[in-house]
Amino acid sequence: MAEGLLELRGVAKRFGGFQALAGVDLAVAAGEIVGLIGPNGSGKTTLINIASGVLAADAGDIRLAGRSLLHLPAHRRAALGLNRTFQVPRPFPTLTVRQNLEVAVPGAAAGRDPAALLDAVELAPFAGRRAGELTSVQQKLLDLARALATGPRVLLVDELATGLTPAELARVATRLRALAAEGLGLIVVEHLMAFIDRITDRVVVMNAGQVLFRGTLREAAKDRQVVDVFLGAPEPAA
Amino acid sequence: MWRDLGLVVLPLLAVLAVLPAVYDNGALLLNFVVFLVLAQGLNLTYGFSGYLPFGYVGFFGAGAYGFAMSVTLAGAPPLLGVLAGGGASLLVGLLLTPLLRLQGAYFGLASLAAAEALLHLIGNPNLQPVTGGPYGVKLQAGYAPLLTYALALAILALTMLLVAWLRHARFGLRLLAARDDALAAAMAGIDIVRGRLVIWLASALAAGLIGAVFAWRTATFFPDAVFDLNFSIFAIVFTLFGGAGTLAGPVFGVLLLYGLYNAIGLSAPQYFQLAYGVLIMLLALFFPEGLAGIARRIADG
Repeated sequence: MAEGLLELRGVAKRFGGFQALAGVDLAVAAGEIVGLIGPNGSGKTTLINIASGVLAADAGDIRLAGRSLLHLPAHRRAALGLNRTFQVPRPFPTLTVRQNLEVAVPGAAAGRDPAALLDAVELAPFAGRRAGELTSVQQKLLDLARALATGPRVLLVDELATGLTPAELARVATRLRALAAEGLGLIVVEHLMAFIDRITDRVVVMNAGQVLFRGTLREAAKDRQVVDVFLGAPEPAA
Repeated sequence: MWRDLGLVVLPLLAVLAVLPAVYDNGALLLNFVVFLVLAQGLNLTYGFSGYLPFGYVGFFGAGAYGFAMSVTLAGAPPLLGVLAGGGASLLVGLLLTPLLRLQGAYFGLASLAAAEALLHLIGNPNLQPVTGGPYGVKLQAGYAPLLTYALALAILALTMLLVAWLRHARFGLRLLAARDDALAAAMAGIDIVRGRLVIWLASALAAGLIGAVFAWRTATFFPDAVFDLNFSIFAIVFTLFGGAGTLAGPVFGVLLLYGLYNAIGLSAPQYFQLAYGVLIMLLALFFPEGLAGIARRIADG
């Protein structure tokens, strides 16, 4: 495994009798976009929750640029440059859209200018509105902008594409690739394979709390196991 | 911020400052200021961090007893005693920080239990030589109506300045973000624990300082007089009625409801309680954000 900016090693998590994660290794380098895919319940979001400090790991280590984050609370991890978006967006509903970004504490890399960020996700016209009034797609984009406002070095993106129109998808894909080009490391959890194909350099396929496959999406599509548990056989040509 | 000061804080303080010259019920005026401070103090913790302490009176009582004990036991001058009262409430606030792990009604009830426990500790007959126990406190701190009133106004000014600052400072905005969604706030890099602690202690301090001034002015009181649950309930109702998280809301809440209470509540308590109850129900049902919410709805069209 290449030396990563963010490295998860042997991460395990059990919920009661359910082994959600059974020793997962995952790394992302600066400037790289890794797709994290797999069926529902395979542990992708649990892994992101553990990396970002929302959940505590039962075992394993989480390192950002060599430094262990294991015992740091979420806000310290954010300060060191690790951030995320949420599958179900979590804006601050009573604050305005602009305030949602202004409250973010700029961390390791300098935070980005709220106005520019709002522009980038096309929320500038709504800057003065309460975030609770936005549509859920707009709230997802606001989540992304807020995460970027903390100036992350690694960004974990949890199912951002769901519900976006093709045009919005294209713009978000361009945006994420531009961020990677600036040196940001991204781990993108997504069910939309076309989106994953467009933005990722490589994918990690999870199933039942374990890594099933590592490689490019094209290789994954030819992998027997991956096809069986997740991708399914291609539609026969009509 | 300057608008808040010019439109709310300064006019209120100016009116309160000249009122003693034209109105001679000084005790009632002081009570108004006491409730203004308690409402704004509660506004700090509820309006900015979402914690509603039913036991808020515990800080008031701690302040009153911090004052009384420092004056009677240590022979402190009364001005120093007021600071001791503030210190006592800070200490109680620090001891109660584990309660901040609780949420909603659990927090409210736990804080109520803590205030009751403090009352019964202070009122314990075995502690009579120290606290006066159930027989209360008789102070010889010197009756100083003008000075105590001026002190109360200063405490009100400081508390309202803090509320006004929080409404415009990034620290206040971050507290509001944490109130909206603690997890998302943590991911935005906000140190929620520290923010909540600071606001909790500031809220405790406001109640403690005004409790100390109240003790100085009252001079003779029993423990249940300064740990009277009505202080909490009134402060909560005034704040919610006016609109938590705003600066003017709690002020209007106190002026209207405490004014009403003194106008008809004392002479015809049966009608007052009825009107009060109906009013609170209507607000809770239709205007959960209080008067401030109504004002905003009108402003928004």
